[in-house]
Amino acid sequence: MINETLIPKIGVVTDIRKDTPDVKTFRVVGTDGKKLFEHMPGQCAMVSIPGVGECMFSITSSPTNKEYMEFSIKKCGCVTEVIHAIEVGQQITVRGPYGKNFPVEGDFKGKDLLFIAGGIGLAPLRSVINYVRHYRNNYGKVVIVYGARSKDDLVDIDEIKTEWMNEPNMEVYLTIDRPQDGWDGHVGFVPAYVKELGLDPNMTAVLCGPPIMIKFTLAGLLELGFDKSRVYTTLELRMKCGIGKCGRCNVGDKFVCKDGPVFRMTELDELPDEY
Amino acid sequence: MLKIAKERLNELYAKINESMGLFIPIKRAGEVNYAVWGEGKEVSLETLKTVKSPKNMFFPQTENMMQFKTEGKNIEIVDIREEYKELRPFVLFGVKACDYKAIEVLDKVFLADPVDTYYQNRREATTIVTLACSRPEESCFCGVFGIDATAPTGDVTTWLDGEYLYWQVNTEKGKALTALVKDLLTEGGEKEVASQQETTKTVLEKLPFANLDLSRFKPENLNELFEAKEWEEMSEACLGCGTCTFVCPTCQCFDIRDIKTNEGVLRYRCWDSCMYSDFTQMAGGNNRTTQLQRFRQRFMHKLVYYPSQNDGLYSCVGCGRCVNKCPQKLNIVKVIKTLGGKNND
Repeated sequence: MINETLIPKIGVVTDIRKDTPDVKTFRVVGTDGKKLFEHMPGQCAMVSIPGVGECMFSITSSPTNKEYMEFSIKKCGCVTEVIHAIEVGQQITVRGPYGKNFPVEGDFKGKDLLFIAGGIGLAPLRSVINYVRHYRNNYGKVVIVYGARSKDDLVDIDEIKTEWMNEPNMEVYLTIDRPQDGWDGHVGFVPAYVKELGLDPNMTAVLCGPPIMIKFTLAGLLELGFDKSRVYTTLELRMKCGIGKCGRCNVGDKFVCKDGPVFRMTELDELPDEY
Repeated sequence: MLKIAKERLNELYAKINESMGLFIPIKRAGEVNYAVWGEGKEVSLETLKTVKSPKNMFFPQTENMMQFKTEGKNIEIVDIREEYKELRPFVLFGVKACDYKAIEVLDKVFLADPVDTYYQNRREATTIVTLACSRPEESCFCGVFGIDATAPTGDVTTWLDGEYLYWQVNTEKGKALTALVKDLLTEGGEKEVASQQETTKTVLEKLPFANLDLSRFKPENLNELFEAKEWEEMSEACLGCGTCTFVCPTCQCFDIRDIKTNEGVLRYRCWDSCMYSDFTQMAGGNNRTTQLQRFRQRFMHKLVYYPSQNDGLYSCVGCGRCVNKCPQKLNIVKVIKTLGGKNND
């Protein structure tokens, strides 16, 4: 059978939610109204507007959502600029899923989980968090630390407030970089907040956000006694094919599209510092 | 072993061409490259190195992938691979040992799961006839990578010696091709081939790059090699022109682009180069901003990363094209001599 991996499917945007001034979440189904394909948390897809370009995005919806897929996309380049301008009903192309997922059916099982996200870094984590909520009994305690520049830059804040914060055995800590009117929560950067919270170092941690946040948060976690082999993150590099052939996302002996985007910190230690 | 007199080769080409396409080194405007054979074309089997390697037979420099027709908010995808279903089987004739090994290197990339069907379709439609080398040049160093220039494999192996082309069948595809041209072939040639191989081997042993030491290029030395201070000096003169990647038989990096045409949007892929400054450029940054980083990526990939992913197989085959073509006289030989191991002096 011919593997259709480079030929995309046609998706229809059925809903657009403006999360923050520069992040929108797009709900996508196939032309038959059904979900385009199945995926696992952490996997990505190539989304394209023909004539404009094709880019890799994490699938932010959980695989347990059987109706549609969602992509949270930050406006920051030529393709995302155009994606942000589309309206409901617009067709786009989607191919995937690509890459390795978080080990939700492996090492995460039975563990206490710590999710740390910064800004749009919540997008790939939302998929895992909602997967974990769906199969709640398979996992231990869940702690989420999420920070953004301002209260207006917190992605998926409605879902966080109405659902995540009311979930049993799940703690959610929010923070913003600077004080702001109408915000009575924590103020400060994510790495400092993580250290302040004095988190249990036996948890399995997942970090996602800007490289600078990851760097300092990881240092903080190690100070708290976390084990690098139980800290996961995702990498993001330029990609064109998504299947380990075009050469773009190659770092050391890994292709981020195929061998990632999910990596253990111990795996990253073995790679040359070029990501 | 079979053979055919050199003066009858045109009959052989014509016979193959009756039922299959034939790509063979052809001289045109002073350059020899693989091209479609036809009556009157100047075949040049003796040319040791075609300017471009035969990789573009399977991985063309530009290749159309699909077409999009858009109307309002709707998109229709036209799968232009339909035309491949009609792809005429073809023969790639005269492939040297290094270039044949390079196809093996590319196979491991494009045919690995998930398979690249564009490449696979062309690859499966091809019968490869290799040609042993009898006059290797100074820039040749295939032996360093364990390649025997006097005995390439492929579906059929040939040797050009004296008045004859000698012909040895290796595979089922080779058998089928041989059956097609059997009336032109006669028995004999073992002795002549063995004698040519012996002579060529003595030449190969004396080539200036015959004894490069690769012993340090091992996965366990990945980070040490990456951090080597010598990259700075080695890459200093690199212009980032990408010539080495374009003439390289194993370079496989590509770009995927869309172009608006009268019939809609055409999505195509084309060769790209890790030597180019925008190769890894993202909206969110660039992980290789200096030519040193890009230069290092190319050679680390060939000598360390790729072998680490593919059971020690190097993705350099020692064809020497980059040695001849780099405008700045930089090349993989200099990298091997600098970092490959202590027996490179």
